Amino acid sequence: MAKKKEIPVERMAGSKPRPGRRLALEIVTLLLFILFMLPFVIVVLNSMRTNAEIINKPVGWPESAGNLFVNIKSVWENPTFNFLSALRDSVIITVISLAVISIFSAMAAWVLVRNKTRWSSLLFLMYVAAMVIPFQVVMFPLVTWFRDLGNFLHIPMLRSYQGIIFAYLGFGEAMSIFIFHGFIKGVPLELEEAADIDGCSRAGTFFRIVLPLLQPVFVTVLVLNGLWIWNDYLLPLLLLGAGGDIRTIPLAVAGFIGSFVKQWHLIMVSTLLAMLPIIILYIFAQKYIVQGMVDGSIK
Amino acid sequence: MTSKQKRKLTEGLFLAPTILAFIVVQIIPFIYGIYYSFTDWAGTGAASKMVGLENYIKIFQDKGFLHSFLITLEFTVLNVVAVNVVAFLISLLVTSEIRGRNVYRAGFFVPNLIGGIVLGSIWQFIFSSILPSVGQALNIAGLSKSLITNPKTVMFTMVTVNTWQYAGYIMLIFVAAIQGIPKSVMEAAEVDGAPYWRRVRSIQIPLMANSFTISLFLTLTNSFKMYDVNVALTNGGPTGLWNKTIVNSSELLALNIYNTAFKYNKMAQGQAKAVIFFLVLVIFSVIQVSWNKSKEVEM
Repeated sequence: MAKKKEIPVERMAGSKPRPGRRLALEIVTLLLFILFMLPFVIVVLNSMRTNAEIINKPVGWPESAGNLFVNIKSVWENPTFNFLSALRDSVIITVISLAVISIFSAMAAWVLVRNKTRWSSLLFLMYVAAMVIPFQVVMFPLVTWFRDLGNFLHIPMLRSYQGIIFAYLGFGEAMSIFIFHGFIKGVPLELEEAADIDGCSRAGTFFRIVLPLLQPVFVTVLVLNGLWIWNDYLLPLLLLGAGGDIRTIPLAVAGFIGSFVKQWHLIMVSTLLAMLPIIILYIFAQKYIVQGMVDGSIK
Repeated sequence: MTSKQKRKLTEGLFLAPTILAFIVVQIIPFIYGIYYSFTDWAGTGAASKMVGLENYIKIFQDKGFLHSFLITLEFTVLNVVAVNVVAFLISLLVTSEIRGRNVYRAGFFVPNLIGGIVLGSIWQFIFSSILPSVGQALNIAGLSKSLITNPKTVMFTMVTVNTWQYAGYIMLIFVAAIQGIPKSVMEAAEVDGAPYWRRVRSIQIPLMANSFTISLFLTLTNSFKMYDVNVALTNGGPTGLWNKTIVNSSELLALNIYNTAFKYNKMAQGQAKAVIFFLVLVIFSVIQVSWNKSKEVEM
């Protein structure tokens, strides 16, 4: 009797809890996770050590955790790194670029979806094709052309906020329009027609009726562009220059590492400070960031 | 103004910012870029004269460029395989019945939040100080010297860092795909007695085909364009011998293009390399589009 009962239970394994197998999977996952997190642990531990400690014994526990504050102080006060000014510039550039990219791309995508003309399809096709253009093929002429354009307009386009933000709009809009376009196609036209009949202007229809509906897709556009702009190195390097007045965090880290070669304790602190803002943001907005990344890849 | 004219005006204004930025930031530099690649452009505003195909002939005789091209292809193949395999295995683990699945999913994604400059610096410390010290302590000959300064192992270090950075992102795509598979299908196979790997191979993988296509092309272009980690981790070094020529053994294409222009002051040749770089990426996307098209027909 007992045996007969056991057989189907065996075959149903997997869907019923099997503590042994689950434990084994949990151990494998945990070990892999520790391996993945190890570089971060190394950063924190070595931020607490002195240069002599690291040179004498690269692998070891910090002798005094208090050294963390000594190291942070010397990196913080270092004029090459100047973390607060880099943080401020990164925030200014990322936030304004995101606002400009998302609003203008949503506006453009909406007009492109609601106007089925030859021109609108051609324009949309151009944006799709532009996503293939790598930064490398435009980056050298961009610098010369931005310099000339700035001189011509008497608005500096190099080493300025407006120049790099405008460039981010130009490089970020194609993908953003594409994502908004896909979403707006699914928004029913009846709502807009009702607003039209009620005497709402075209712009009013967009800002009062359509824009609030776009909220889920805004998350995707903000996350994809935000991570890219925040961590971007090459565009700031070319348009702001190394060692200029305006420096983003990646520029500051690269400059600092270049001038403190092999001073690993200070380099580790600089990377720790550089990672902190985005990790703190991730702790609070993890759900949105993960959702945005997944949606963005599938669209 | 009639309401129709007003409407047209609003829509024109809605399209204007993105069209303007697109023309100024992408179209004009792109046209300049193609043009400069046929001239003796030196990066300054000075007039440049046409030299025909000279730049293209020179770069194909440049062994450093050919070497960069080949190792970029090598890196791309190795990296696409490594990222996708690691990401797939992690996605199986974090969708199994283990406790703390959501914490792991969020955690494995963390390296993707951080920029290549910061990550490259951290891993440079790991490869040049930590690992050799571990290797010496444990008497492992292969590890007792820095893997970065050896031309034979430097590729391995770049694949490791990029896999560590990117696998968490691809994992999220796979997790979303696995969650999209109806539970009943997997359970039915289980009841029929299909062992675990058989279920993965015959049910999960075929039902995830779409997400594999997405991740394949994402990792393909991402690997081919790799720049930040390359700069911060190896900066192209060490020098090595290839076909009787001294080459930078880890200088991938994007870095080679940048160095040609700014380190060796050959702007026009750098631009010609960038045009070739662009053409390869166009080929990738043509393959991707036709691949997707052929699948649509099947379905």
